[in-house]
Amino acid sequence: MRAEPITAEQVKAAIEAAVPGCRVQVLANASPSGQHSLILDHEHAAEAARFLRDDPTLRLDYCSNATGVDWLDSELSEKVKVKKLVDGAETEVEEVRKTKVPGYLEAVYHLYSVEKKHGPVIVRMRTGDRKEDVHLPSLTGVWRSAEFQEREIFDLYGVIFDGHPDLRRLLMWDEFKDYPMRKDYVPPADDDDLVGAERSGG
Amino acid sequence: MSPETANLEEIVAQVPPARGVVEPLPPVNAEGEQLLEISMGPHHPSTHGVFRMNVVLEGEQVVRLKPVFGYLHRNHEKIAENAAYLAAIPYTDRLDYLCSMTNNWGYALAVEKLAGIGVPERAEYIRVIVAELTRLQNHASLIGFLMQDMGMSGTPLMYAFREREKILDLFESLSGARMMCNYMRFGGVRVDTSAEWLRQVRELNGEFPRFLDEFESLLAGNEILMGRAQGVGVLSPELAVSSGASGPMLRASGVNYDVRKVDGYGVYDRFSFRVPLGDHGDVYDRYMMRVLEMRESVKILEQAVRDIPAGPIMDPKARLRGLRPKAGEAYGRIESPKGELGFYLISDGTGNPYRYRVRPPSLINLTVLEDMCLGRGVADVVVILGSVDIVLGEVDR
Repeated sequence: MRAEPITAEQVKAAIEAAVPGCRVQVLANASPSGQHSLILDHEHAAEAARFLRDDPTLRLDYCSNATGVDWLDSELSEKVKVKKLVDGAETEVEEVRKTKVPGYLEAVYHLYSVEKKHGPVIVRMRTGDRKEDVHLPSLTGVWRSAEFQEREIFDLYGVIFDGHPDLRRLLMWDEFKDYPMRKDYVPPADDDDLVGAERSGG
Repeated sequence: MSPETANLEEIVAQVPPARGVVEPLPPVNAEGEQLLEISMGPHHPSTHGVFRMNVVLEGEQVVRLKPVFGYLHRNHEKIAENAAYLAAIPYTDRLDYLCSMTNNWGYALAVEKLAGIGVPERAEYIRVIVAELTRLQNHASLIGFLMQDMGMSGTPLMYAFREREKILDLFESLSGARMMCNYMRFGGVRVDTSAEWLRQVRELNGEFPRFLDEFESLLAGNEILMGRAQGVGVLSPELAVSSGASGPMLRASGVNYDVRKVDGYGVYDRFSFRVPLGDHGDVYDRYMMRVLEMRESVKILEQAVRDIPAGPIMDPKARLRGLRPKAGEAYGRIESPKGELGFYLISDGTGNPYRYRVRPPSLINLTVLEDMCLGRGVADVVVILGSVDIVLGEVDR
């Protein structure tokens, strides 16, 4: 009954064949769920999404879930063998080399096909950094279900979706200044200190 | 480049870069005449909780409708990210507080996928039984609330609550709580059922069709229901799929998509049941979907209670406390009574999830609320909203 699962590599190849210039990267998932995902570049994301939706074999017409993830700056440590002069003799010494990986924000979309009954195909887009003014292209024009969910990502993570028809805060109030789902968000000690929370009468 | 993509880019070019504050459209029509703005909610009985809609009327007709969310927002996702995997289960009870059992299941399923935990047979059957009981009481109450929204006083609701009470009694004797059951665990369920409990389920299930017959004979041909619901709030199948509508709302528009059938999670692929589909996608079809789905749930319950095997209820390898799944991610989804309930988890190898996300069917089903209400009167807005079936604990999280 159930359709054969499609692999991330197959989808990557299909996108790259159909959307010239689109850079797709497969992100492997070590968990037993085996749900690997594809990272799309911003320039071609909308076009690639449209292809995923309209391609007769893929037909990913249903965007089930769209959400954000905040990745903080991290340090990648790897062991490297380095030749060093120790007591006049050249010996190989193991050193831990640390490289700084800058943090970024991510938007993740879980796509299914209602017509073909397969999925999920997971598509991600990443921002360059996690400052105040970070942009990603909106996919609301492709899947309407992203409308409220992208608003939520904007609200809680501060990703600005270019091309979204109505990008306002969804859950927090309009005057609120911070992004509460970011990992470095510090909630105020007192509710009355919330930015923009001007209370009238009691 | 296809003309369609060009069109998208045109749209993108026209929209000014958004910064979160979009100026509201002036409340005037094309001729410059003043329009009437109404704020419906958040404390109106018809909004089923603290939900608000900014409705703009031209004459009697709705020309704009913007939902306002967040009155019940408590950042459920952040709370769960700061808690151990096990500690998030009671919080999921409080998402859709009518259906705590299915919320537990959705979360447990996602953790099981993330950490590769198996579930014993008996636990799978118990899960199906409590989930279908949840569906029965949710759908019965929803129909009751919908009738109340139509002005049928509280009678149908009381009929529904009479049946719901019996199911809540069963939940109480099983889990100790009527609504906040906190019953499932990744790797199984918390306590085993007794033979007596199963007998009570069988008895309730045997009597349920009689209630459904009575309920249906009172309502299905009812003039008020037909007049208020038929042809109202029509949702086309194309828009339903594109907008991510799920559950009875999607199937009322004639789209054959039920996660129980498509994913066959748990042991659902062992039961024979049908997926009811609507023809018109209006409020009446959405009402009818609930009635028909209850009849299918009765069938599933019958088979599950008959076939339930003996055995353990928890996977012996599952670690409840101190679970540390290795780094990775998983998305698990189930067919909750409201629609497709999904949980997305990212593990960084520590004892609490790095990212925890709930895909709330109630919120996403509201994406097309404006589309369904345009051109209708205010009284229809109440009925259309009632037919979507929302719980604000889940919408606002």
